[in-house]
Amino acid sequence: MLAQLLANGIILGATLALGAIGLTLTYNVLNFANFAHGSLLSWGAYLAFAFALAFAGSTATGFGPLSFGWPLLFALILSATLTSVLAIVVDFLVFRPLRRSNVQVALVIASFGASLMLRNLIIVIWGPEPKYYTSDIQIQQAILPGVRATPDQMFVVVLALVLVVVLHLFLTRTRLGKAMRAIADNPVLAEVSGVNVRNVIYWTWVVGGSLAAAGGVFYGLTVQILPEMGFNLLLPLFAAAILGGIGSIYGAVLGGFVIGIASDLSVAVISPGYKPAVAFIIMILVLLLRPSGILGEKK
Amino acid sequence: MIGATLQVSNLVAGYTPGVPIVRGLSLTVAAGEIVTVLGPNGAGKSTLVKAIAGLVSVFEGSVFLDGADFAGHKAHTLVSAGVAFVPQNENVFRRMSVQENLEIGGYLYRGRIKERLEAIYDLFPDLARLRHHPAGKLSGGQRQMVAVGRALMIAPRLLILDEPSAGLSPKLVGMVFQRVRAVRDTGVTILMVEQNAKAALLISDRGYVLAEGQERICDAADALLHNPEVGELYLGAKGGLV
Repeated sequence: MLAQLLANGIILGATLALGAIGLTLTYNVLNFANFAHGSLLSWGAYLAFAFALAFAGSTATGFGPLSFGWPLLFALILSATLTSVLAIVVDFLVFRPLRRSNVQVALVIASFGASLMLRNLIIVIWGPEPKYYTSDIQIQQAILPGVRATPDQMFVVVLALVLVVVLHLFLTRTRLGKAMRAIADNPVLAEVSGVNVRNVIYWTWVVGGSLAAAGGVFYGLTVQILPEMGFNLLLPLFAAAILGGIGSIYGAVLGGFVIGIASDLSVAVISPGYKPAVAFIIMILVLLLRPSGILGEKK
Repeated sequence: MIGATLQVSNLVAGYTPGVPIVRGLSLTVAAGEIVTVLGPNGAGKSTLVKAIAGLVSVFEGSVFLDGADFAGHKAHTLVSAGVAFVPQNENVFRRMSVQENLEIGGYLYRGRIKERLEAIYDLFPDLARLRHHPAGKLSGGQRQMVAVGRALMIAPRLLILDEPSAGLSPKLVGMVFQRVRAVRDTGVTILMVEQNAKAALLISDRGYVLAEGQERICDAADALLHNPEVGELYLGAKGGLV
C-alpha cells in the first residue's frame, strides 16, 4: 500500500519537477514569481491535444504497451515549440513593459492576471470539460511487488528524468546554458561580459515553456486535461521550487518529487480531500524553518 | 597588441533623468596609459566608469573609442569593441566555477577560448589550481583575481577597473597593482577608479581628481602625488601624499 502510494507520488512528482524547473529558472533570471507559469502547463497539454487530434488520421499505432505512438510525441514537440512562443509573447506584451518600472510586485500581479486570461482562453477554445489523449483504458501492471503502474506512467517518469539530464548537460556544457546560469547568478556582470541579456531571456522562456509543455502533457497522460489543471498545479509547483531553494534547478527537481511523494503518501493518514493542503503545509514549514530551501544559497 | 584611446567629452550621466551625477566631464586616456580617477565619496567616480562601460545612462556628451562614439551603447556592444569592465562589488559569478567565470568572460571570444584560458592561468597561476572551485567560496584576493581574469578573457584594448583594491589587505593591494601594471605592459589601456590614491598613483601615468561630478584637478601622477590639495583630500593634512 505504502509502496503503491510512493509510486503514485513519483509519477505526480515528474510533472511537478518539470514545471518547477521553469518556475525557478524564470524566477532566477527575470527575478519575479511568475503566477502564469501554471497556465503554460495547461496550454502545453491542450496544444498537444490539438495536434494529436490533427494527426489522429495517421495509421501509426502505439509504441508497444503504450497508449500512444509517434503522433503524440510529434504533438509534444510542436506543443513545446508553441508554448515557448506563447511564453515569449506574454513576456513581450505583459512583463517587458513592466520590467522597466522596476516594481517587482507589478510583475507578480500582472502574471496573475495573465494566468487568468490564459486559462479562460482555453475554455473559450476547447470548452470546460476534461479531455484525454486516448480513449483506451490502460491496465496497471505489477512492476514491483505491491506496486502497479500503467506503461504510460512509467514512460512519463523515465522521460522526465531524461529531460532533467538533458537540461543539466545543456546548462553545464553549452555556451548558451552557461550564459543562462551567469545571468541568474549576476545579470550585470553577464552584461559586461558580453552576454546579450535580452536574447538569453528569450531562450529562458523557451526552456521554461518547453518543460512546462512536457509537464502538462505528462499530467494529461497520467491524469486528465482540464482548463484549470495548471492553476491547480501552481501551488505544488511553488512549493516544489521553494522547497528545493528558489533559483536552484536541481532543487526544483528534488522539490517536485518530494512534494509529489508527500502529497500521495498523505492519503495513507488523512482523507484524500486534504491532499492539496500537503504542498501548502510543506511550503509554510520551509518558509518558517529554512527559507533558502534545501539546495538554495543563503543570501 | 595596441591599446585603445579613450576620449570622453562633456559627459553628463546618471541613474535618473534630470538628476545627473557626472556633470560635464571630459577625460582622455591615451593608448597604453594607466589613468586613475580619484575623488571623495559621492564625487561620481563609479558612475563615470559605469557610464563609459554602458551600465549607466548617458544624457549628454560622447565616449570616443579610437574615434568612434559609443555613448549610450549597451554594455555588451562595448565588450565587442574591446572594452572590459571590472565592477567593484559582485564581480564574480558566485555559483559558477573559476573556469566557468573565465569562459563567460570570453563569451564573445568564440573558438579561441582555450588559448585565452591558458594566458589567464599564466598570469594568475593560483587560478589554474582553483579552476573547479565555485568563485563564491574563494578568498577576497582570489576572487579579485577571478574578476580581473574574467575581464581579460576577451583580450581587451581598454580595461576599466572600479576600485580593484577595495576590501583587500595591504599585501594583496600591492599584488593587485603589480598585476595591473603587468597587464598594461602587454599594451592594454587602463582606466581605474581608486580610493587607495597613493598606491594607485604610483603605477599610473596620469590622474584626475573629481568633485561633485566635475573635474577638479588633472595632472601627471607624479605631480598629483606631491600636490598638497590631493594630500589634504586623502590624509586630511597639508602636504602631498609622498
